[in-house]
Amino acid sequence: MTGRPDVKIETELQFFGKMTASISHEIKNVMAIINESAGLLEDYTLMAEKGLPIDPERLKVVSRRVTKQIRRAVEIAKNLNSLAHSVDHFQKSVDMGEILELAVGLSTRLAEMRSVTLDLKLPTDPVTVITSPFHLQNLIWQVLDFAMDASGEGKTVGITFKKEDGAVKIRFTGLAGLKTLPPDKFPTEKEENLLLILGTMIHQDAEAQEIQLVLPK
Amino acid sequence: MEKVLLVDDEKDFLETMAERMRVRDMDVTTTTSPTEALKKAEEETFDAIILDLMMPEMDGLETLKKLKKKNPDLQIILLTGHATVQKGIEAMKLGAADLLEKPADLKVLTEKIKDAHAKKIILVQKKTEEKIKHILAEKGW
Repeated sequence: MTGRPDVKIETELQFFGKMTASISHEIKNVMAIINESAGLLEDYTLMAEKGLPIDPERLKVVSRRVTKQIRRAVEIAKNLNSLAHSVDHFQKSVDMGEILELAVGLSTRLAEMRSVTLDLKLPTDPVTVITSPFHLQNLIWQVLDFAMDASGEGKTVGITFKKEDGAVKIRFTGLAGLKTLPPDKFPTEKEENLLLILGTMIHQDAEAQEIQLVLPK
Repeated sequence: MEKVLLVDDEKDFLETMAERMRVRDMDVTTTTSPTEALKKAEEETFDAIILDLMMPEMDGLETLKKLKKKNPDLQIILLTGHATVQKGIEAMKLGAADLLEKPADLKVLTEKIKDAHAKKIILVQKKTEEKIKHILAEKGW
């Protein structure tokens, strides 16, 4: 007995699978750009060998492009590393800003595929909570996945949080589509189990066009 | 000179690939938008269309379906970050000329484009012959 409610192993693996598949896809995109940039430099070299003058500005463009992609790859690897380490401890003090930055970092590409923008606004004061980082990431993704469908014409999901009455409230805003979706569509059993593990509550407010997650501090 | 339409939402990939193709004497048009690609394919003729499989707005398979519906003779090569057998079969069923995994070898891609160009010429010749036959039969010459 672990003393915590069970989440189906499929739910946990599916989340991990979804995130790592997206990350590996993005890494391949980065590698494709670096590969073509290396190829382009080779083309320039061949041209120079044939006596064709090469504009240094063109070399600078390629160099800047590679640097940009390396930075992007470092960020992707950092997110993957943070996700991997989120299973190190199932009860840990975490910085809510860092949790949400990681959640947005992991979900941005998936959001872009659905033409949705994730707009994260963090408060200036840091807030920590004691929680299971992996399950919280999983729950935030499930909410975001649903929120993207509910983002309506605006196609933007706002994400923010604040301390309130000894708890931390994460708000997912701009969900104009909540009004048109059946109220029993969300949360499903999957999210209910995660809510139980985390001792978290969820509220849907169709009028305010938002979903709130309330975490005990 | 092969006329190619390159469609990919990764702008840096698009620009680098297009420049490399131009160095190889190809006439390259680029767009990051599948919707724009549909428009361009309607306005101009291309020997080959290189299409990324995963894009916002509309995925590659959906774009392929729409392009083929507009013009079944279009030679479309799909590029993907991760090629699964299932996606490959699906793409072929929808009429893709080929499917390559990223990072793609430009030599291989260039060969595929040349193949697509040759196929297009054969199709155009075939259609012209059919048209001539039809005219001859109609006029009774």
